[in-house]
Amino acid sequence: MLHIVQTALSLGCIYSLVALALFLSYRVLDIADLTTDGCFVLGMAVSVSSAAAGHPIMGLFLAILAGGCAGIVTALLQTRLGVPSIIAGIITNTGLYTINLMAMGWSSNVSLIKQETIFTMFRNTGIGGSWYAIILAAAISFFCMFIMREFLKTRLGLSIRATGDNRDMVSASSINPKFMITVGLFMSNCFTGLSGAIAGQLQKSADINAGTGIVVIGLATLIIGETVINGRKSISRNILACLVGNIIYRFIYAIVLQTRIIPIEGLKLMTAIIVAAAIAAPYVRTSLEIQKRARRELRDDA
Amino acid sequence: MLDIQNISKIFNPGTVNEKVALNGLSLKVEDGDFITVVGSNGAGKSTLFNAISGVFLADSGKIILDGENITFQPDYVRSRYIGRMFQDPLKGTAPHMTIEENLALAYLRAEKNSNPFSRITRKEKELFRERLKMLDMGLEDRMNTPVGTLSGGQRQALTLLMATLVPPKILLLDEHTAALDPQAAEKIMNLTREITEKNHTTCLMVTHNLKQAVSIGNRTLMMAGGDIVVDLKGKERDGLTIQDLMNLFKEHAGKEFDNDRILLSE
Repeated sequence: MLHIVQTALSLGCIYSLVALALFLSYRVLDIADLTTDGCFVLGMAVSVSSAAAGHPIMGLFLAILAGGCAGIVTALLQTRLGVPSIIAGIITNTGLYTINLMAMGWSSNVSLIKQETIFTMFRNTGIGGSWYAIILAAAISFFCMFIMREFLKTRLGLSIRATGDNRDMVSASSINPKFMITVGLFMSNCFTGLSGAIAGQLQKSADINAGTGIVVIGLATLIIGETVINGRKSISRNILACLVGNIIYRFIYAIVLQTRIIPIEGLKLMTAIIVAAAIAAPYVRTSLEIQKRARRELRDDA
Repeated sequence: MLDIQNISKIFNPGTVNEKVALNGLSLKVEDGDFITVVGSNGAGKSTLFNAISGVFLADSGKIILDGENITFQPDYVRSRYIGRMFQDPLKGTAPHMTIEENLALAYLRAEKNSNPFSRITRKEKELFRERLKMLDMGLEDRMNTPVGTLSGGQRQALTLLMATLVPPKILLLDEHTAALDPQAAEKIMNLTREITEKNHTTCLMVTHNLKQAVSIGNRTLMMAGGDIVVDLKGKERDGLTIQDLMNLFKEHAGKEFDNDRILLSE
């Protein structure tokens, strides 16, 4: 039981970075960035390959950089070459499949057997006992959340927020919206890459298919978090929602895995339903209210 | 000085929807001018403003501002010295950001090389508060309120303040009071005069209110068919009445001007 809790918490912290990335691209910039799936695997591939070569920490930084580059490719496709944003993400994502294979030495799977990872290095310091993985994952997650929160208060951060909020007004304030989209997608994909990097080193392997559906799961966790702690109220809350939603999701995942209420193969379908329902909820609620009112008032008139 | 030389813009060329929006228009605007622009819908007023502010590139012609050819500059570069306001109060502000954050964005035009990772300073907050007081709407005490919660009049006042926070060389006002109730419209108009007079800002204002057109500013342009058909300034314009302007309209724009958006009220 304890092991389940620990796994859920550490995975929740690690995957919260994907939600954080989607918060920046989807919520702040108002762009559906489909680079996420491939970018996650890219981070994982780079970091695990690096660790396999004996450089686990360097691997994290390289993964961040690699993720950021993927974000820039998507951004340039849409801002400089006129590709619609969703297509731009899909194109990058498709291309990344090959890049990811290359990063893993043209194999679809890389495993770490005896090599050091950031987790084994941290365990050897003796801090936290059996909770070491959670402590390290949480520390990185909180650090990233802090960076994001402070960044959005800077002039650059404000400009990015305005780009997603009112693009007309942004160009009227001497801000180049294309540049802001590029910076925003660079940053968000840095976080996605980092998330993949840590996940890879925790499970000591990288797999070419590890990223399938990550973008939907990320959105689901973001929305779950926002609903649970009323996250749309302020930036800080919204950032915290990324973590809260992920931990909840990972607990649900663990319970399903343990109890087999639904077959584990059905989890992706459940995730898709959660996302669809969560995004549709406000719209459905409004139209139901209108219908209800119409029925009542028309009956009263009759 | 703004010098517009022979600019043309045709939308949907070669199709049945072809529309000549600007037809070889030339205009010289002196520093400190306050010009009112009238004309029926489709006369090319907004297209002219879009061309000046760089929303699109004119098909031909040049735009020169203070000796610099700005024809090919993108809109966000021009916005350093060309301010703009629209009829729609929602267009000029970011709704989910606070009043303070919106002002901070507008203030970005001031410092060319400010550090992108710096925050809003206390000194800037003080400046914003002081400017907000000028509006006399109590907004200085609501600096942390999201702009989306303000009324249309308040948002338009804030937009005006943002457009002039760093005084632009030219301010383009595209019917910026048309969507407001009469009281709010008057308030915004008075503020516009106050601020532009204080900064000696060169200003072009589109209006459908003929009383405004003759009473405000020092020059009046009438547009039709994508060109300027009447240009009144100095003595010709002194003592011009609404009726005179109406007659000019009938003469130059013909039936085109037959439209209910023109306000004849006193």
